[in-house]
Amino acid sequence: MSLLAHLKIVDGKQVARLKAAVFVAATAPFLLLALRGWNSWRGQPFSLGANPIEFITRDLGDRTLIFLMITLALTPLRRLTGWNWLIRMRRMLGLFAFFYASLHFVTYIWLDQFFDVRDIVKDVIKRPFITVGFLAFLCLVPLAVTSTNAMVRRLGGKRWQALHRLVYAIAILGVVHYWWLVKRDIREPLIYAAILTLLLGLRIYWNLQKRQNTTVTTTAAAQRV
Amino acid sequence: MIIKIPADIVPSEITDKQLYLKRREFLQLGAVTGLAALASAILAPLDALALAKLSVAKKANATTEDALTPLRDVTGYNNFYEFGTDKSDPADYSSTLKTLPWTVAVEGEVKRPKVYDIDELLKLAPLEERIYRLRCVEGWSMVIPWIGYSLNELIKRAEPTGKAKYVEFTTLQAPEQMPGQKSPVLNWPYVEGLRLDEAMHPLALLCVGLYGEVLPNQNGAPVRIVAPWKYGFKSAKSIVKIRFVEKAPLTAWNRAAASEYGFYSNVNPDVDHPRWSQAKERRIGEFGKRKTLMFNGYADQVAQLYSGMDLKKSF
Repeated sequence: MSLLAHLKIVDGKQVARLKAAVFVAATAPFLLLALRGWNSWRGQPFSLGANPIEFITRDLGDRTLIFLMITLALTPLRRLTGWNWLIRMRRMLGLFAFFYASLHFVTYIWLDQFFDVRDIVKDVIKRPFITVGFLAFLCLVPLAVTSTNAMVRRLGGKRWQALHRLVYAIAILGVVHYWWLVKRDIREPLIYAAILTLLLGLRIYWNLQKRQNTTVTTTAAAQRV
Repeated sequence: MIIKIPADIVPSEITDKQLYLKRREFLQLGAVTGLAALASAILAPLDALALAKLSVAKKANATTEDALTPLRDVTGYNNFYEFGTDKSDPADYSSTLKTLPWTVAVEGEVKRPKVYDIDELLKLAPLEERIYRLRCVEGWSMVIPWIGYSLNELIKRAEPTGKAKYVEFTTLQAPEQMPGQKSPVLNWPYVEGLRLDEAMHPLALLCVGLYGEVLPNQNGAPVRIVAPWKYGFKSAKSIVKIRFVEKAPLTAWNRAAASEYGFYSNVNPDVDHPRWSQAKERRIGEFGKRKTLMFNGYADQVAQLYSGMDLKKSF
């Protein structure tokens, strides 16, 4: 309990430490994947299995979705816990989502399709699950590019925020991408869909509540006049 | 002059191990009796002698053969939803499957219905090793040395009636042995089917082993079908019932998604799965993808089964 209470008031030095810890944790999945790759190469256990490229693609796709969900969870979590520092992790975690998405994308282009442009174009046009995945990745790029403080200033807070609302669409496309890919067992995509519904639902709920409150206050104010 | 090299070893050319071990005797015999022995070998229709001879003649071409997929991958990377939907689930959770005692009921439109004990099935016809490519509908493939005999051996003994047009295979249903059946991911029991002429094709294998040993549980022990020109899911595993019927059976994947998994499900690079291309495949153990072959490379043997059919419609 004391720890939870302590987490409410965090100074700059502690934020830096928390950031470092989150950075290490967020890099771990990549290092584990690299270790599996190394073990595959040496023929050791804890490897990439019989179909390494599929394993890598799935793993990186999973990480992308997880980091998207974590990034989207920070705002509601801050509101529920009062831990304001959470928001200072958001940019880094969002960039990790982009990092894993880029690796996922490169794996597809390089290891899976081996730069066969004709096949890739055909895939993107003809395969709905690839279409939405590709679209989601394209939308992520401007968010990553405009993630610096300088870009926030250049765009202006309002416009920057409007642009970064794209992340909601990206997350939905990402989950659809996974859903449309699986053959039959939709349990895992369903879990992502449920989490995303909760995260977006909370926002909608709070927004509606806020609007209602403003209406109530304005009516009350009007009545007083 | 163009010399046409056969794309692959025809399964009937693969030698029974016992015969293979006798190859020197055979050659000595050949040397002694000369042309007479050669003539009898050629004239004997697909008998043991002829098999041995073909295999010896083929030896020089052995390097053009596809390499076998390592046993570890054959037994560690499986789709067998009765044990779970992850590729590692069958290896992890199939030890609960009890393959002894085991019976297979042969029934339906046959003159001689019979419940076979697994031991009886194993002795029904001489076991052969057959190296087949396996192409999964998901876009990966393996090369596996199966052991068994032509399904036709069993069909002949059952004597299908004139009404028998299809053969339906049913997998064991026992959720306590097959934990994946506790989830309704497919309709249990798993049902698959072949047209009677497909089932009678010499390539269609009643399979009881691989890599020189009895089938591991995760590969469909103790008895399964292998129809190598079709996507893997067409080959029913852990079979308890073989039923001869008049109408095409409603098969598990067809029932689950009819637009994606047709009754025939022949390997065909020109007919894509609605959600992904079937033009290429990744051979397990290889880095790049290779082109998928029509009927998985068995077109010379099986294409005539489908002459006059629109394979885009009858997919």
